[in-house]
Amino acid sequence: MGSSLILRCASAVCVTVLLTVFCAAPTLHAQGGEPQYFAIRGARVVPVSGAPMENATIVISRGLFTAIGKDVTIPPEAWVIEGQGLTVYPGLFDSFTDVGMPTAPATGGEGGPRRAQEGARGPEDRPASTPWRSAAEEASLSDKRIETWRSAGFTTVVSAPKGGIFPGQAAVLDLAGERAGDLVVKSPVAIPLGFQTSGGFGGGFPNSIMGVLAYIHQVWLDAEWSTKAQAIYEKNLRSTARPRYDRTEAALADALEDHALILIPANNSVQLRRALELADRWHVNGAIYGGQMAYEVAPEIAAKKLPVLVSLKWPEAEKDADPEDKPSLRTLQFRDRAPSSPAALAKAGVKFALYSGGITTPKDILKAAKKSIEAGLAPDAALRALTLSPAEIFGVADRLGSIENGKIANLVVTDGDLFEEKTKIKLVFVDGHRFEAREPEKPKDPPKGDLSGKWKLSYTTPDGPEESTADLAMEKDGTVSGTITSKRGTASIISGSLSVDRFSFTLNIPLEGAPADVTFTGTFDGTSLKGSISVQGFSMEFNGVKPGGISRAMVSPGGAQ
Amino acid sequence: MKIANSPNADRLRAALRCLLCVLGLISRALPASAANPPDAPAVILIQNATIMTVSHGTIEHGAILIKDGKIAEVGQSIKAPKDALVIDAAGQFVIPGIIDCHSHIAAESINEGSISVSSIVNMAEILNPEDIDIYRDLAGGVTSANILHGSANAIGGQTLVIKLRWGQPATKLPFEGAVPGIKFALGENPKRSNFSLPGQPRRYPATRMGVEETIRGAFSEARDYKKAWEDYKKRDSAGEKNLIPPRRDLRLEPLVEVLEGKRYVHSHCYREDEILMLLRVAKEFGFKVRTFQHVLEGYKVADELAAAGAGASTFSDWWAYKVEAYDAIPYNAALMTRRGVVVSINSDDAGEATHLNQEAAKSMKFGGMSHDEALKMVTLNPAMQLGIDKRVGTIDVGKDADLAIYNHDPMSAYAVVQKTLIDGRVYFDRQRDIAERPEREKEKKALSDKLKKSGEKKSEDKKPDATVAIGQKPAEKKPGDKKAEEMKPEDKPKPPQSSSRESAAAALLPGGAL
Repeated sequence: MGSSLILRCASAVCVTVLLTVFCAAPTLHAQGGEPQYFAIRGARVVPVSGAPMENATIVISRGLFTAIGKDVTIPPEAWVIEGQGLTVYPGLFDSFTDVGMPTAPATGGEGGPRRAQEGARGPEDRPASTPWRSAAEEASLSDKRIETWRSAGFTTVVSAPKGGIFPGQAAVLDLAGERAGDLVVKSPVAIPLGFQTSGGFGGGFPNSIMGVLAYIHQVWLDAEWSTKAQAIYEKNLRSTARPRYDRTEAALADALEDHALILIPANNSVQLRRALELADRWHVNGAIYGGQMAYEVAPEIAAKKLPVLVSLKWPEAEKDADPEDKPSLRTLQFRDRAPSSPAALAKAGVKFALYSGGITTPKDILKAAKKSIEAGLAPDAALRALTLSPAEIFGVADRLGSIENGKIANLVVTDGDLFEEKTKIKLVFVDGHRFEAREPEKPKDPPKGDLSGKWKLSYTTPDGPEESTADLAMEKDGTVSGTITSKRGTASIISGSLSVDRFSFTLNIPLEGAPADVTFTGTFDGTSLKGSISVQGFSMEFNGVKPGGISRAMVSPGGAQ
Repeated sequence: MKIANSPNADRLRAALRCLLCVLGLISRALPASAANPPDAPAVILIQNATIMTVSHGTIEHGAILIKDGKIAEVGQSIKAPKDALVIDAAGQFVIPGIIDCHSHIAAESINEGSISVSSIVNMAEILNPEDIDIYRDLAGGVTSANILHGSANAIGGQTLVIKLRWGQPATKLPFEGAVPGIKFALGENPKRSNFSLPGQPRRYPATRMGVEETIRGAFSEARDYKKAWEDYKKRDSAGEKNLIPPRRDLRLEPLVEVLEGKRYVHSHCYREDEILMLLRVAKEFGFKVRTFQHVLEGYKVADELAAAGAGASTFSDWWAYKVEAYDAIPYNAALMTRRGVVVSINSDDAGEATHLNQEAAKSMKFGGMSHDEALKMVTLNPAMQLGIDKRVGTIDVGKDADLAIYNHDPMSAYAVVQKTLIDGRVYFDRQRDIAERPEREKEKKALSDKLKKSGEKKSEDKKPDATVAIGQKPAEKKPGDKKAEEMKPEDKPKPPQSSSRESAAAALLPGGAL
């Protein structure tokens, strides 16, 4: 930490600023610059595991909750946050998603899964199966949704690799870290199933839902057999033929031995009832995901004691549906009643959690959860379904899901009731690290040009010229997101826009123990950026070009083709 | 009803309904629908009807007493017990519920067409109790149906007989105790020589010889598999230690059941040569073919069919829609019957199934079958073929109260189903259906308006979505495409009906995609 004397010196501030400008908080943490002790004083605390407390204090020490209550001694080293007018909830838990998974699917390579179009000829070809893939191994900080989810209050997710009948093993991930390994809380926690067909004739096995089910039946039997056969072989090496190794069987046998949760897709009544039968037939520790017609079958689910993950992507009419194609009464009833499913599950005593289920704008997740409150779910039950219940379902309630001493310090701090539309999320804590959440700035006018892509930013610090790279993504309306990387680390843009030719994007990083905004503003002439970087009242000029932009401009002018 | 004509009919009816509710006479306000089965009155008396028993002639002005879902008494006049629901069927005709020996309704998928032997799949696992075709078939007097896998495979999937219990969950559809089946297919469809896709290797077999070899090969495997298990069990029970059991093979297990006579073979076929081929293969492996389906050239090999004890389930008068169907004749059913084959008329199509009574009646014109013989072909005969004739197929004491009530003789082109009962429950009631239509339309409109309103409010804050959700099924198929696609290997032309597309769309479950 710099002394206050140096702080007063403008040029010295510049040095300090520039040393830290492009560093993310976790990087600082590694350098010992970020506080490890926090106290939120005098806030309304909703621990979920117990009754809400008014005017309470929470102490976070080295990533864990160490004290919660009214008469709590705040350690002297803690960074104190005044909590008047603020409400503190456990970090929200998106109980089934692929946030944190790299967008490009891992290549199958030799012995990899046979893709459907390659024409599997039967279960023995293990179509669309990669149960050995692991979300924990594949988790990547490069997924920008880690930050957007976190900014919406989600500190924890259950993520799984995507695609196929056995896509891989799901893990509980916390949404912040310096390295990908920091994300992993527990792995594996579940084996999701996808009832995915190869589609149409000539597509290989299975191309029907009954083929998918038959395949899964056979695979469970095979996994069970291979465990048994391997054990007998180990004992009789010289008198028994060696059973063949099969990595689908091996991965699933391990999962079954660990009593992994098998996630079965089921959304409407027919599928839900079928899922209950499948869980029985397979003798697995099952859970259902989908669950949107649970309003019809909640008591039957309760009787089987299967937990349900309810998708918050409520059914609605297709945007460009054929106006002549009138939906049936049953479809209309489903669209109307789906949000009442969580209430029905709660009433029947089913353990359930809510998940984003394909909602891509994380702010809409809470809006969708609010719909289920309007359809009869108690607000505290809705909150539980986004915090402690998923932690229980996935076996991490011993460390996550509520504000209790010794649990992981995941918090979301708001200025009001979580489910109120006007409520703003102020702060998010993940593993005791503090994150400022803020509303992204909305561009006033439509953008001229596209900022998306990699940029090389050049500027001169008192220590001499320096460069960093910006990796930007711009939406159609001009909203800019992305990251800026200097030799010291990477920080994400918390708010950015391009309005006509004026750009602005902001990072928020801890500076001298307090968060500070670093804002880049200027003009975009279609090929380069020109403007200034400002922080705490100081600023300096910078230029930005696309690396290799000149040569590309020479190679691909309009006339070249 | 008289009140239906009065201007205050709606109010009167509502008042009456209220009164009945108060009296506890209507226990369920909801109409029967995909999610609600109708009530099960303990005692029903159908009276003043012309009863076509199929087993013992026709009773004019007769009565049927139903107790707990079974036929308790059939006779000239039966006194109504105190608590009975009385159905006055004056001028109406009661027959045993129609049984469709070849149907593809009520299933979420029809064909695992990727492989030549798809015995691993089972129609019983993917029943769709909300398929509107169940209700439409009920409206055609059908009460039981043999739900078959498609015909793209020499050996197709496992099949089952269901009762059309509309409104009940999938687990309540299977016909209790009916012997499960398996679909075979011969001829053009399984050889797939007309179905090659660019860039796709052609699936074996490509010839009729290959179809035979495929069946033979599968049963050779099944025989070995059966033996492997028998050997294992013998050695295991002899106390041998450290034996690795054979791997269970869900593809071969149903074929072992066929060899053991525990599963019926229902084989799609057209030509005489392929029919004889399957009879030879079956003899070689020691199993029976329960029914030949379509069997358009059955009249040429009727004696062989009769000698083998195989049933024949055919169309009334569809032919020439493909080369292998050129030799079909409308006399087929009659000719096979004359040679001692048990013959049924099937639909293979949800629309066709709504008038199987008329399909059967065509054999009265073509082949001169008697009224009762024709009626048998959609009632008792399919029941015998499916091994459910102890329970259904005739109107006899002790049998299930599965009945269809028509306004005319069911062999007449004017006959329209008024009520269809299964297990003594009225699953279809024409008058009630008509009466409930405005109510349903009203509810539909109200919901539609409500959802539109909330949709408009929402559309303002919609943002462009860039990422793909997990677990979301790729939207590769549009609703309505499903059945069309699965019908592809079925070589039957669609009968001229306007509702086929509509019904396919309606068959799709809401919320099916995740």
